[in-house]
Amino acid sequence: MAHDTDHKLRRILTDVLGLKPGQAEAFTADTGLFGHLPELDSMAVAGLLTEIEDRLGILIDDEDVDGDLLGDYGSLLAFVTAKRG
Amino acid sequence: MAEALPWPCPLPDGGTASEWAITDGPPAAPARLLIIPALFDEANKLRRFTREVMRRLSAAGIATILPDLPGCHESLQPLAAQTPSLWRAAMAAAATHFAATHVLAIRGGALLAPPLPGWHYAPLAGATQLRQMLRARILASREAGREETQDSLLAQGQQSGLTLAGYTLSPAFLREFGGLVAAPETVSTLPQTLLAAPGLWLRAEPGEDPAQADALAAILAIALREEA
Repeated sequence: MAHDTDHKLRRILTDVLGLKPGQAEAFTADTGLFGHLPELDSMAVAGLLTEIEDRLGILIDDEDVDGDLLGDYGSLLAFVTAKRG
Repeated sequence: MAEALPWPCPLPDGGTASEWAITDGPPAAPARLLIIPALFDEANKLRRFTREVMRRLSAAGIATILPDLPGCHESLQPLAAQTPSLWRAAMAAAATHFAATHVLAIRGGALLAPPLPGWHYAPLAGATQLRQMLRARILASREAGREETQDSLLAQGQQSGLTLAGYTLSPAFLREFGGLVAAPETVSTLPQTLLAAPGLWLRAEPGEDPAQADALAAILAIALREEA
C-alpha cells in the first residue's frame, strides 16, 4: 500500500507539473514543492489536491492544507499515506 | 480557413448582443461541430488543445465553431451578470445561428450543451469545479493571513457574489452552478483514458500535446464519417 501510494503520488505530480518521464522518480523526501516550484500557485495546488483525492480515494480537509503539508515531497507522502490508512 | 464571425447572443432582457465565434473548416461541410469550451481556468489550459483539434478536423473536411461564452474572451458582456442558464441559452443560439449538426462539449462546457448529437469530453460536475475554485481561493487567502472555509464562502457568495480565481460570479450563478451535472442524453461521453495521456487541464501551466489532439480529432472524424 505504501509503495503504491508513493508510485501514484509521483504519477500525479508528473501529470500536474508536466514533468518528463523519470523526473518524479528522482524526487526524495527532501525535494521541495510549494515555494520551490513556481508553477505551483494556489490554483495549481487546488488542482493537485483534487486529483490526489480522486486517484487515491481520500478526502483532504482544507484545514489540513498549509505550507508544511506541501513543503517537500516527504511530508506530502506521509500525509497522504496516513490518510489512506 | 479559420475566421472570427459574429453571432447574435440572447440577453436576459430579450434583446441580443453580438458575440464572436472562431470558425474553421469548409463552410459547406455537411458535418458542423459546435465546440463548447471548458470553463474558467480550465478554458485557458485547454484553449490551445481545443484549437489544435479544430485544425485537425478542418483538414478532415469538418466545419467547427468555437463561440465565446458571454462574459469571457472577447465578449463585451459583464461576467458578473452571467448565469449557467444564460450560458446554455447562448450556446443554443450559437448552435442555431451556425446550423450546427453536432456538439463537442469540453469539461465543464458539458453543463451548457444544447441537445444535439455529439460528445462530452471528460465532463465534470459543477460542484467539482466549484470546489476546486473555492479551494484555490482559501489557499490564496491563507497565504495572505485570512482564514476562510468553503461553506462560509459559498454562503457569502450566494448572497452577494464572489470572486474565485479572478472570476467574479453572481449570487445567481453560484446558486445554480453547484447543482449542475452533465446529462449525456443525446451524446456519448469520451473519458480522458481514450486519449492515453493525462488531461491538459491538470497541468499547473498551460501545455500542449499533439498526440492528444490527434487522438481526439481522429475519434470525432471517424464517428462523423460513419454517420454520413
